[in-house]
Amino acid sequence: MSGPQSGAAQKPAAIRFALGLNLQQYVVYFGFLAIFLFFAITLGDNGFLSVRNLSNIVLQTAPATILAIGLVFVLTAGEIDLSFGSIVAMSALAAAVVMNEYGMTAGILAGMATGIVAGALNGAVVAFVRLPSFLVTLATMGLFAGIARSMTNLRSIPVLDLDFAGFFGSGSFLGIPSLIWWTVMAVAIGHFIYRETRFGAHVMATGDNPRAASVSGIKVARIRLYVLTLSGGLAGLAGLLYAGRLQAAKYTLGESDLMTVIAAVIVGGTLLHGGKGTIIGALIGSLMMGMLNNGLILMGLSVSDQMIVRGLIILAAVAVSLREKAR
Amino acid sequence: MSSQKPVLSLKDIQKHFGAVTAIENFSLDIHPGEIVALVGDNGAGKSTLIKIISGVYAPSSGTITIEDETVSMASAEIARSHGIEVVYQDLALADQQSVYMNMFLGREITNRFGLLDRKTMIAETQKLVDELDVRIPSPHATIRDLSGGQRQGVAIARATRWAKKVILLDEPTAALGVAETAKVEEIVESLKARNIGVLIISHSLDQVFRLADRICVLRRGQQIGIRETAKTDKNEIIGMITGLQQQDAA
Ligand SMILES: Nc1ncnc2c1ncn2[C@@H]1O[C@H](COP(=O)(O)OP(=O)(O)OP(=O)(O)O)[C@@H](O)[C@H]1O
Ligand SMILES: [Mg+2]
Repeated sequence: MSGPQSGAAQKPAAIRFALGLNLQQYVVYFGFLAIFLFFAITLGDNGFLSVRNLSNIVLQTAPATILAIGLVFVLTAGEIDLSFGSIVAMSALAAAVVMNEYGMTAGILAGMATGIVAGALNGAVVAFVRLPSFLVTLATMGLFAGIARSMTNLRSIPVLDLDFAGFFGSGSFLGIPSLIWWTVMAVAIGHFIYRETRFGAHVMATGDNPRAASVSGIKVARIRLYVLTLSGGLAGLAGLLYAGRLQAAKYTLGESDLMTVIAAVIVGGTLLHGGKGTIIGALIGSLMMGMLNNGLILMGLSVSDQMIVRGLIILAAVAVSLREKAR
Repeated sequence: MSSQKPVLSLKDIQKHFGAVTAIENFSLDIHPGEIVALVGDNGAGKSTLIKIISGVYAPSSGTITIEDETVSMASAEIARSHGIEVVYQDLALADQQSVYMNMFLGREITNRFGLLDRKTMIAETQKLVDELDVRIPSPHATIRDLSGGQRQGVAIARATRWAKKVILLDEPTAALGVAETAKVEEIVESLKARNIGVLIISHSLDQVFRLADRICVLRRGQQIGIRETAKTDKNEIIGMITGLQQQDAA
């Protein structure tokens, strides 16, 4: 390490107070900017910078951003959720099936209830049977994926209700697309709960030092139950958003979100081992992942090449942000 | 001092873990503003005793009285609600959080909308660390960035913030250097002025003689005796700890 850097490392606390911010958590903004500039320069003529394309990126990342919010709470509490992708599929299918029979409201309730119940099941096993969430949600990831497949025998279910499709998908309100409304509301409420409530503080304490939290009177088991239930509920909402945008539900929904969402949250500045996180960072991380997908497609890369490049970039981004935090 | 009523009174406390007797027949009174040291070799039962007083373990038999009221320390919450706070041997602080959030861990102050009242918590933290002269850079500092002495200072400040009656300290300076130990001792000393009863476990007899008004010796779960610091010396205490001197007549 060179001179000025080691000088800075000796008093990270002082610098943080001076600037009033936590430098570690800002890695994602530089990454976001770097990727944006790279695509803007190389793909500017290919429509990357068009308003339509940029707003498409935000629309497409809406479900991932919603999932990322849940994961910030889960990781901060010192747990992990690997099953949210499967919950997305179950919820979307439940919503579509029920909606086609009983109408929009019943469909929304069915989708949300599916997510909440699935998340509460994860949470109850982790909190009260005291099994590690990694193993529990690894198992339920398979379990829920199997249920999603058997619900409609692998068939895709069309979503015929146009109000629903507008509300959760292609519609807009005050000239702003509904998916953006959902994203902004979820991020704002999530950030607020995370930062401003006792619940948020208890989630952080639980993931930071469960023993200290528990001798301080915090019910850590209950916190674990709540964060995993929240993650399930948000997966239910993400399922509704997918069903609304695609006007169909299928067992494959949410399948590819696991890696993207975990990467978005970690790159965004949430600690993998709990105690500290950021909802805004997760939003930026999620947008960064969406931008990456979009840019690689515009560059004309084949699907397999896209996967390879994306994997490498995520690896690099995660490595950088974890190294920053380890100091 | 002895004319005053004890704030905490333990009578005939026993604790068995299965066949193991960790504490047999322990009795002790602690008065407001008094520092009592609990000494004894490893495994003597000191930490067990603190856990009994703080509601982590239930005693197998015996009574705990707080200001004339016999209480059952069925849980750590109940002990806390009786005004008893503990500073643990292994610090019970949340490392990634700020000093002020640790100060109010599990007991955060909220405003009338039910939201965290950071301003009040920060102000109270600042006031308390100033009073106790815990030298930390700021209430916003993250615990991880503090030295061992500063952390122990924060832990004691937190106990002081919440303890109405008694603070229990389990080897508060075991991991600290000379200067940091002196700082922590100074803070402990200042608790006397707050009329709080202090029970401190320490393996350093020098420290015990510097701080304590009375010294209580445990050996393999047995209470060997209690001495006033002014009327004893290290040799006697060492004899009591190691077993050269037999148990006082009960
Ligand atoms: N939960 C438990 N289950 C069984 N035995 C225990 C338990 N806790 C303590 N003991 C036993 O009780 C005895 C007293 O232990 P304790 O931790 O109170 O000692 P100590 O005086 O604090 O020692 P040290 O100075 O090493 O901290 C030891 O023999 C210990 O093995
Ligand atoms: Mg001990």
